[in-house]
Amino acid sequence: MSKIELKVNGRSHTLDIEPATPLLYILRNDLGLQGPRFGCGLGQCGACKVIINGAAVPSCVMPVSSVKGEITTLEGLASNGRLHPLQQAWIDEQVPQCGFCQNGQIMTAKAMLDKNPHPTDAQIRESMNGTLCRCMSYYRVQTAIKRAAKTIANASPVFGKEVVA
Amino acid sequence: MSVSAGVPEQIEEALVTHRRGFLKSAGLLAVSFGAFVGAWTTEAVAQSSGGAKGAGPYPDPDFRQIDSWIVIHENNSATFYVGKTDPGQGTGTGFRQLMSDELDIPFDQTACIMGSTDITVDQVGSGGSTAMERDSWPMRRVAAEARRVLLEMASARLGVPVDQLAVSDAIVTVKAEPSKRVTYGELIAGKKFNITLTGNNVNSVTGQAKTKSVPELKNTGQSPQRDDIPAKVDGSLKWAVDVKLPGMVHARNVKPPFACAKLTGIDESSVKGLPGFIKVVSKGNYVAVVCEREEQAIRAARQLKTTWQKPSTAPFPASEDLFSYMRAAAPISASRPLLAGDSETRNPESRPIVVGNPDAAFSGAAKTIEAEYEIPFQGHTAFAGAHATADPSNGQMTVYSNDMKSYGMRRCVAAFLGMPHDRVRVVWMQGPQGFGRTAAEDAGCEAAWIAREIGRPVRVQWMRDEETAWDTKSPAFLVKMRGALDSDGRLVGYEYYARSCDYNHLGYNEPDTVLIAQLMGSRRARPASGSASMPSDMYAIPNRKMAGEVVGLPIVWETPLRTGNLRDPNGPQPTFAAESFIDEAAAAAKTDPLDFRMKMIKADTNDDAGFRRARSIAVLKAAAEAYGWDPRPSPKPIGTGKVLTGRGIAYSFRGQTVVAQIAEVEVNRQTGHVWAKRLVCAHDCGLVVNPESLRHAVECGTLHGLSRAIHEEVRFDTEKVTSLDWFSHPTLRHADVPERIDIVLVNGDPNPNRPDLPPYGAGEASLKPMLAAIANAIHDATGVRIRRVPFRDDRVLAALKAAGV
Repeated sequence: MSKIELKVNGRSHTLDIEPATPLLYILRNDLGLQGPRFGCGLGQCGACKVIINGAAVPSCVMPVSSVKGEITTLEGLASNGRLHPLQQAWIDEQVPQCGFCQNGQIMTAKAMLDKNPHPTDAQIRESMNGTLCRCMSYYRVQTAIKRAAKTIANASPVFGKEVVA
Repeated sequence: MSVSAGVPEQIEEALVTHRRGFLKSAGLLAVSFGAFVGAWTTEAVAQSSGGAKGAGPYPDPDFRQIDSWIVIHENNSATFYVGKTDPGQGTGTGFRQLMSDELDIPFDQTACIMGSTDITVDQVGSGGSTAMERDSWPMRRVAAEARRVLLEMASARLGVPVDQLAVSDAIVTVKAEPSKRVTYGELIAGKKFNITLTGNNVNSVTGQAKTKSVPELKNTGQSPQRDDIPAKVDGSLKWAVDVKLPGMVHARNVKPPFACAKLTGIDESSVKGLPGFIKVVSKGNYVAVVCEREEQAIRAARQLKTTWQKPSTAPFPASEDLFSYMRAAAPISASRPLLAGDSETRNPESRPIVVGNPDAAFSGAAKTIEAEYEIPFQGHTAFAGAHATADPSNGQMTVYSNDMKSYGMRRCVAAFLGMPHDRVRVVWMQGPQGFGRTAAEDAGCEAAWIAREIGRPVRVQWMRDEETAWDTKSPAFLVKMRGALDSDGRLVGYEYYARSCDYNHLGYNEPDTVLIAQLMGSRRARPASGSASMPSDMYAIPNRKMAGEVVGLPIVWETPLRTGNLRDPNGPQPTFAAESFIDEAAAAAKTDPLDFRMKMIKADTNDDAGFRRARSIAVLKAAAEAYGWDPRPSPKPIGTGKVLTGRGIAYSFRGQTVVAQIAEVEVNRQTGHVWAKRLVCAHDCGLVVNPESLRHAVECGTLHGLSRAIHEEVRFDTEKVTSLDWFSHPTLRHADVPERIDIVLVNGDPNPNRPDLPPYGAGEASLKPMLAAIANAIHDATGVRIRRVPFRDDRVLAALKAAGV
């Protein structure tokens, strides 16, 4: 056991925990952040993704001791009571079926749009390709990403900065 | 505002309290009606439920009481309680639309609670696309009856006969004097209806009131947004995987390393010193490790040393030898005439269907064609492993689960543990969609058994390799077909002969087939025989012979190759063969494949089948029009470029729901890669309750069919499954998705020309023709017929090379 400091969604936490523990279980079971979910435990499906240093990474295979940087989870995307444009696009396009994978879809899309605000269709397919959905909501995920990209582009620069994790 | 897919346990607490008028827990009743979703955590509820409510027993809600279905609140809103689960198709929203229409209450003033066995009547849960077709009817009749009773109450209150009253938006007014009014809430909130309905079972339950005709339905046919989606995208939804209870511990299974393995030893010292270790629990060949924390249980289960003895015979052939094994195997249920004592409905395929004189048709044929098709085992591969949390407090058993048939799970757990039915309840919560897997759910019994063993709440979840290897499988099919063409190129003779590897097909939540029961040795004496289904009876072919037989693997218990119901069970396999073969016949006749089909569909409206064929013609035409189908024979002249393009069509029906699909594919002749660039799905399921939800379900079902066509296959050696993750049992990915998908709802929204057409099942039907549509498109593009699913790059490339393309 050792003391680990984590900053998640703007809040700092100190935990006394086995350093090899994958981040996912700490987020879900110790910090009550259950947006990230266990899908495969192998880093293959994306259900557990969180954003660290601008990249959407699988938290199921990441030892907590290796985390360097602030963590953003699905719960941290909304600001001042307003959903992130991606989340709103997900509602407008009625994206999920069961919704179990959508944490991964949204977090991967956010990391992509933060780096590349105007992705082409091919770039969307490529960036999202490692994030799986067994209900096959892919077509709507791609549509919603394009919708959110438009919303973000039309918003003020201030808002654009605000949504970068 | 809705709670249908939210947090049933919390809602249950507040609303049961509200409804029954006891347990005036200030903390619970202080929660306002609109604040249920996301307002409470499961921990809070679990901690608050240590009192009377949590203690049980849990008698069945009486389906003959309106009060079991509908509660009207003071603020003139209503909560509907239905015995269904919504794994993500939006059925909960659909029920609200239909019930609010019958009750005459604004849609936005309703909520729907689903699937928890102690507060909703048993309507089985979900499955078979029956939500609208069958299960919405009792809901509608009860809502209509509640409206009738409320009008009578208003009549007494206002002193005016019922026929002089009008009702709109849950407000009753006197027609002649509209200022005289009373709301539903004022009439009944805080009281019960106390109205007993009639009907022998939940499907036939009814009151005196009649349901409305389709043109009278206002919300039905509209597309209000699904009420479960906001909490699914902001992270506030509490799923079955999210349940936390005081004192809860974590368990992970240790699966046998090969099929039918006998446990010969457990070395507990291999895990005893691990942090958080509590106990190894075991009975028969079932083993699990229990730890304080989740990651500790995962580690301990991996580290536990166990020894196992192999069975004396190989449990199954390796996957590459499966079809030769199936060809040679002796059938378990052979085609034979119906014998006295046979069930007519259980296994209709056990006797051949003969129409006309097929032998004469073949002997007089101008041309005969034959083909053989192979469809492997395909996994359910739910997005996350089976999971459940069980709480043994107070001598009861509460299981938190995403089992789509929660009522069946309750019976299964009670029977498996030998507990009285009313001591067990299942609280249904959302989970990863399982396509039938969550109706043959294993984790519920496992969690309940371990919880009873150790006397603490236990959370169980299967790991990825465990789920992909040991989940239920869609049976492998081998289909031989023959066709006789006359000199005019008409298909006058047709033979279909299927073998399915489906012996010991698992039913829903059976206490003597659930995996833990198999491993513990408490299993039934005789396996279920499964089925080798026929294709739908789609064409008027004058001479036909169709038969199916089931074959079994050498060992059918305690094996990961256990078959179960995967989305339209045993529908896609025969349809792949049958609709590929019709295309082969059209090619042999050098005829456009759509035209070839159309000429064999004889419409009439005299009976169900004729009615369905009439709608089939409309659906095929709609698909062709949406695609811009240009009539010509297949294949088209083979191009010279790196990428070859082609289009294919296939159609089918499931019940009265008719689906036609067209695929346009690109085939890379250098890599064998198939990309479905464009898909069209025309769909008629009668009355459409929510067009947007329906489009979504059809779109996702169509893509699931595409995934099964190009990716999915269970691989195994002679003792274990070797496809264990998302690379070895792949699924569709973002890059596979067509650039355009058109969903055409032929039936309209709803169709004014057929105002009283009832809703038929939607969802599963849209998988059925997809495999053949893709195969037909590959043939159109390349001239090469792929008769083996899935159409993976290496298989397609080998076929192209063999054909010299």
